[in-house]
Amino acid sequence: MDILLPRTLDEALGLKSDHPEAVPFAGGTDLMVELNLGRRLPPMALDIHRLPELRQWHCRDGELFLGAGMTYSRIIRELPGFTALAQASRSVGSPQIRNRGTIGGNLGTASPAGDALPVLAACDAEVVLARDGGGTRALPWHRFLIGPKKTAIEPDELILGARWRIARGPGSFSKVGRRNAMVIAIASLCLVLDEDRHAVRVALGSVGPTVLRAPEAESFAAGALAEAGAWDDPAAPLSPGVLEAFGERVAASAKPIDDIRGTAAYRRHACEVLARRALRWALEDRLSGPAGRGARC
Amino acid sequence: MLIRLKVNGEWLTADAGPGASLLYVLREQLGMPGTKNGCEQGECGSCSVWLDGELVCSCLVLAAQAHEREVRTVEALAGPDGLHPVQEAFLEAGAVQCGFCTPGLVVATADLLGRNPSPDEAEVREALSGNLCRCTGYVKILDAVRLAAERLRGRTA
Repeated sequence: MDILLPRTLDEALGLKSDHPEAVPFAGGTDLMVELNLGRRLPPMALDIHRLPELRQWHCRDGELFLGAGMTYSRIIRELPGFTALAQASRSVGSPQIRNRGTIGGNLGTASPAGDALPVLAACDAEVVLARDGGGTRALPWHRFLIGPKKTAIEPDELILGARWRIARGPGSFSKVGRRNAMVIAIASLCLVLDEDRHAVRVALGSVGPTVLRAPEAESFAAGALAEAGAWDDPAAPLSPGVLEAFGERVAASAKPIDDIRGTAAYRRHACEVLARRALRWALEDRLSGPAGRGARC
Repeated sequence: MLIRLKVNGEWLTADAGPGASLLYVLREQLGMPGTKNGCEQGECGSCSVWLDGELVCSCLVLAAQAHEREVRTVEALAGPDGLHPVQEAFLEAGAVQCGFCTPGLVVATADLLGRNPSPDEAEVREALSGNLCRCTGYVKILDAVRLAAERLRGRTA
């Protein structure tokens, strides 16, 4: 295996264009496992860990851009105001893994269990891709993640990062697994409330071939808040049974399978419980005032 | 490929095979077997080292990625005056059973106490969540971390 060690993004894009077979990697938390266990030995690997261009984030014009090389440890330290994103980042692996694993890795590996992916989906993120010569394109997350471990990236492209419009409102990430650390999700869920658009957005991980949204449940919840007048008055009570009905609708959006980590039935049940709790937390956070109202840059 | 890296303060070179991990290079080529090879998939933490000051699993670092970078291993902890306070605490508290996980746990503990001299129980558990002890000696390991924290705080006070 040849290893390419570019120093700049331009150099990396040039190398990727010349060697489309080169496997890009940063923290190595996915690739190295395959190498160590002898499951895979690509002819060439492209180390993008050091590229300064990928290791940055910024807020501009109401959008957050998260470079592909942002590690989970840095997200926790530098972006704690993005509650759901920080919560998802905290649930990744262990301190050692979070020091190495990156957002770009979650996107590139495209495992339906990638912890950051439900957050990106719930935020309607776009994935920004670049190729040699300065060309970039942005794909909505659902056009980028097209199957289990399958993405729409072209062989000469690299992931620059993800970006999304920053929504005002509470949000959370929760995850079910066998223990509290070093665990691949059996089911995970991100819920965000968008106070300006009066929208509720929910994304599910580990319960389908890719991350899934629950559009029917989302409009149900937004409608229930509207009906109660709760978008304007956080203290306005919702009709009885809204949380339960929301949970059922979210669970109905899941497309789980039985596998080594859990059964489809268990996963569906987990989605229902996580959804109910996440909506309750969001409603409680709205009551607690501006602190519970989401990220600022 | 030939790589040059600074290990415990000393610049060294190694000829890393294709796909070789930093762990392999440390143990098999640079003669530093203190860092242990457990799971080779980042689960057990027995290969924990510092890479440019950050705690990582050396099994998940491609050796080539350590080129021109600084690595600190468990071997760097004990000094001319004896063991590092974390190592002493592990011995005194009986936090060592078979000993295989110990280097990784000692490194992870030193990393934690370097950043946070007074961690609470939850913070200690979180910081050590990537280190497995299959003798299940966790209670004494937690005792050792508390003891080490006290000693280190006493030193700087």
